[in-house]
Amino acid sequence: MRGLTLSAAAGEVVALVGPSGCGKTTALGIVAGLDRAFDGVVEVGPRPDGGPARLGYVFQEPRLLPWRSVRQNLALVLPRAQRRGPAVDAMLAALELTPFADRFPTQLSLGMARRVALARAFVVDPDLLLMDEPFVSLDEPTALRLRGLLSQLLDRRPATVLLVTHNLREALALADRLLLLAPSPGRVVAEVPLSVPRAARDDATIEVLRRDLLSRPEPAFRLLA
Amino acid sequence: MRPALTSMVMPVASILLLLAVWQGAALAIGGRLLPGPLPVADALLREAQSGALFHHMGATLLRVLAAFALAMSIGVGLGLPMGRSPFIDRLFGPWLVFSLNLPALVVIVLAYVWFGLTEAAAIGAVAVNKIPNTVVLVRAGARAIDEGLIDMARVYRLSPADRLRHVLLPQLTPTIAAAARSGLALIWKIVLVVELLGRSDGVGFQINLLFQTFDVAGILAYTIAFVAVVQLLEYGVLQPVERHCQRWRRLPAEA
Repeated sequence: MRGLTLSAAAGEVVALVGPSGCGKTTALGIVAGLDRAFDGVVEVGPRPDGGPARLGYVFQEPRLLPWRSVRQNLALVLPRAQRRGPAVDAMLAALELTPFADRFPTQLSLGMARRVALARAFVVDPDLLLMDEPFVSLDEPTALRLRGLLSQLLDRRPATVLLVTHNLREALALADRLLLLAPSPGRVVAEVPLSVPRAARDDATIEVLRRDLLSRPEPAFRLLA
Repeated sequence: MRPALTSMVMPVASILLLLAVWQGAALAIGGRLLPGPLPVADALLREAQSGALFHHMGATLLRVLAAFALAMSIGVGLGLPMGRSPFIDRLFGPWLVFSLNLPALVVIVLAYVWFGLTEAAAIGAVAVNKIPNTVVLVRAGARAIDEGLIDMARVYRLSPADRLRHVLLPQLTPTIAAAARSGLALIWKIVLVVELLGRSDGVGFQINLLFQTFDVAGILAYTIAFVAVVQLLEYGVLQPVERHCQRWRRLPAEA
């Protein structure tokens, strides 16, 4: 990856789309401060209240602590004083996880585990949300259901989102703007703003948008096929 | 035979066989050199009735527990950073090799020479004998830690204490349990040596006295009593604690 520049406005959902190996995950790691070999600048603005921005991260694998219950997995990412507060239970309820609160991650299906990972990212009340293929390797109905839940959460509590995906439909369903990336070196080759509001995008609209992108003649869009 | 029945009958049969072999050997050799199970039981009863058994066993047990706690906490405290940081590992690696090869007797004698015939010297010397082994085990466990969870902890800004308690230590539980089990077995044997060399109570001290009067029945009585207590610790404390820490592994998956 070289000379990669990307920016997102507050509350904007930006999808990074591209084939594997073009540095999408690396880019998220850099923004999160996980990449020590990174040479460059990451600027994250402050919260509306002036405090430092809070970060939520949904990894490619759920990365839950297998030895802690679902409730504890959510509580642990909160400051100690808030762990027993209502935030955890409210988030569990919002994602319909209340019946699973005392289960351990080893008892959950992948879809449920991904849902818990989503709840954990939102329970910190994030300003910046990094999502790395959050719904990959799920069956289509489960993925659809989780995309819907994510949409609802973002409607209720907008956050700036960087969504890494190789699923064009997913990007078109969720993002305000698409960045198409190409490999070696990883770089942005095209930018696609989406003007239709997220709530108004039904399956038919998404399909029209998708066909339109796939039919564009520029080489950048040929990577999508 | 059904498996459940076998698992109950076989240990009993094994112990009965051991007693029979012992009795046979005692009959063959005879006399005070190798008393049979009955004279040893007799000696055990005698020591228990006089109160000496409980006094000395209690003193030894306290030393075992103190040395065990010391060795485990220092061993984890050194092994974890060595497993996580190649720099610290290279810096202290040679120290570890050196201390792994230090004979227990040398450590004990030097501790008594440098710090006097004190309780602290005795317990410290025992702990020092176990620490390198714990460090090696914990270091290996720390090297195998899941980096994905470490990244998760960093992203969500978990405090160092929370990282240790909720991310690192749970992954080290199998390692620490293995170190604890081998540690208990090693430590109680070394405690007897420090007692023999420089304490005025404890099972080691008592065995020295009995040795001077060639009271083999007494020596065997103390040995059996102490082996029983250590087994009780293993099955009554260590294994239940380990099972509790690992309970998430055995939960049935949801359909």
